[in-house]
Amino acid sequence: MISDQLAEILGNKIIAYLITAAIPLFLFLVPYALYAVYAERKVSAFMQDRIGPNRVGPKGLLQTIADILKLIQKEDIIPKSADKPIFVMAPYVVFMGTFAAFAAIPFSSVFIGSNINLGVFYIMAVSSFSVIGILMAGWAGNNKYSLYGAMRSVAQIVSYEVPALLAIVSAVMVIGTLNLNEISEMQTARFWNWWIFGGPLQGIQKFLLIVPMLVAFVIFFVASLAEVNRTPFDIPEAESELVAGFHTEYTGMKFAIFFLAEYGNMFVVSAISTAIFFGGWQSPFGYLGNSFSIPLLVPIEQVFWFLFKSLSLVLVQMWLRWTLPRLRVDQLMAVCWKYLTPYAFVNLVLIGIISLI
Amino acid sequence: MNTQQDKSEYSSKILETLLTKESDFIIEDTLESGMVLNMGPQHPATHGVLRLLIHIDGETVVGCVPELGYLHRGYEKIAENSTYHEFIPHTDRLDYLAPLSNNTAFALAVEKLAGIEIPKRAKYIRMIISEMARIASHLVAVGTMAMDVGAMTVLLWTFREREKLQEIMDILTGARFTTSYTRIGGVASDWTSICTEKLKKFISEFPTNLEEIEKLLNTNRIFLERTEGIGVISKEKAIAMGLTGPNLRASGVDYDVRRAFPYLDYENIDFEVITYSEGDSLARYFVRVDEMKESVKILRQCLDKLPSGEILSHDPKRVLPHKVNIYTRMEELIQDFMLINFGLTPPVGEIYSSVENPKGELGFYLVSDGTGYPWRCKIRSPSFVNLQSLPILVKGHMVSDIVAIIGSIDPVMGEADK
Repeated sequence: MISDQLAEILGNKIIAYLITAAIPLFLFLVPYALYAVYAERKVSAFMQDRIGPNRVGPKGLLQTIADILKLIQKEDIIPKSADKPIFVMAPYVVFMGTFAAFAAIPFSSVFIGSNINLGVFYIMAVSSFSVIGILMAGWAGNNKYSLYGAMRSVAQIVSYEVPALLAIVSAVMVIGTLNLNEISEMQTARFWNWWIFGGPLQGIQKFLLIVPMLVAFVIFFVASLAEVNRTPFDIPEAESELVAGFHTEYTGMKFAIFFLAEYGNMFVVSAISTAIFFGGWQSPFGYLGNSFSIPLLVPIEQVFWFLFKSLSLVLVQMWLRWTLPRLRVDQLMAVCWKYLTPYAFVNLVLIGIISLI
Repeated sequence: MNTQQDKSEYSSKILETLLTKESDFIIEDTLESGMVLNMGPQHPATHGVLRLLIHIDGETVVGCVPELGYLHRGYEKIAENSTYHEFIPHTDRLDYLAPLSNNTAFALAVEKLAGIEIPKRAKYIRMIISEMARIASHLVAVGTMAMDVGAMTVLLWTFREREKLQEIMDILTGARFTTSYTRIGGVASDWTSICTEKLKKFISEFPTNLEEIEKLLNTNRIFLERTEGIGVISKEKAIAMGLTGPNLRASGVDYDVRRAFPYLDYENIDFEVITYSEGDSLARYFVRVDEMKESVKILRQCLDKLPSGEILSHDPKRVLPHKVNIYTRMEELIQDFMLINFGLTPPVGEIYSSVENPKGELGFYLVSDGTGYPWRCKIRSPSFVNLQSLPILVKGHMVSDIVAIIGSIDPVMGEADK
């Protein structure tokens, strides 16, 4: 990997990682979040027979940048009765959890922040870190609505991690590795080698795997919606009930950081789905770089395919948000414990049996 | 001196009654028995400036006290100090989602008080605008209820439909919102062919568009689960709480002022009174949707039957003349001058007149002492009465259900606070 080579040259691993992973990823995350917000507004506008932002810049493309500039100028209000250190720390803790998860996302065969063997496990562990930040935000704001939002959020994220992890575990059982780069690598050549279509296995086993894999993906996708607090599971920030949920008391850039984290999280869960079920950075039909024998083109194409697949899933999340109503908190728990978790268990056993064949 | 003595006597008596066992009140320790959440008046789901004090235990509502009056403008008092004509613009601001039907309600009340008969064409125009207002109001009710349970898109779709109606209102009355369209003895301006054309187009398109909106909700399991069995009120309780309109009919009571006490020309119109027996939020939603369909039916009949003729009755002493005539003719000018300055003077007496508004039964109780000003004008606003059932409806449900229930009651605070 590039970072290791750079570390040898510089003699310092931390600086090498900063240059090769942290800064490029941050430079990806911020514009992505800005344009995801813009896309969300445009998508919702198209769905609702509206025009959406169209004033700032051509087709409103600079709207979110203007919004950010506005948020920077806003007064940073800390409520008098707030628990100040926790209140200030909370948005950064939430953002940290999101950003740390980006480290193990394989954007292409060459570019991966940190190619660790426990990639999937690491992302799931680190992204649940943001729960602590959300609880801190809700508690420190000293607002009943914030507290409600935080309580719901924690209950929700902690419980939905169970089906999400079960779905991933069932997939990983056949895959045989937790390294996201390796997972992507094995789904090579054509799209029917993606794990959602049974992976690069042969014969009856591949055929039998198609349905359980699909179920695993659906369970993971639904659970991940809950983990990133998106509709129909957006009860922590249910606008019509809890005003803005856990970030009710936040203003200015702190508020913006919560949004950055939310959109970052949306990308992270989509990236995991892509890497495990949709072939990761693999092209569905082979590479132009190979057929024209320009090897340098291949990693760029891989980045394109990875972003294309992940952003499509982000789009699906937006689409769902503007279509579905919101669940109530007890129904949310019912969906998790009465439906998703048992199905995930059954699926786990099924895939276990199939992999033994 | 005597009164002073009386007063002290009274206050000691009040103290005595307060200290007796029957009238004691318990101040609960909030830390011991749950939390008090203050919802509103600035809250995205309270439909204006409704304030709710909710006593909750975890997520379950133990008690709820609605507090009204944040939008109180003293309309009943204003009415006592303005002539009957002057009060019409104020009725726009009662139920501001359906100003046209408020205009109609007030005009009908004054006409009943003064004994004015209006031309048939005016009656039909009033029916058309009332039904248009009903559709416009129910569209907002359905949209906001869907938004309250989280489905944002429905709201925008209903507003798209509502916009078409607003356009017709704009052409007809010259205003989209503060219409002030009716006059005592008729209506302000004539129904034109452009309006007919636009309304016919709307009627032909609306059922399919409504179906599209329904598709987003009726088969959506999340929406059904959020509303089914939530905020149930029984038939007896609904009557006891004085519910009217869609909220009452959702509990299975077949009461519609248009049918029970026909006004205008509703007895000659064929329509159904929609009733559901469940009495929950979902039933209230279904009643509204079905009523919109019935309104389309009524509109179609009204357009077919719309007679030609005058839109104001000829009654120089009580009915304002046409504006064109005021500027061109002497008699009308004098007539207008007299009416504006001294008002129409109905005979001494009192009446109660009510109409079926989108929100329920809107009644005006007018007492005349023979002068140009009403001695008393009591407004029986449906939203105000409907809101008193809120504590019963939300009890035992969860915080998230409160917004769904408020959405299904569909209060308009302009009307509730008067």
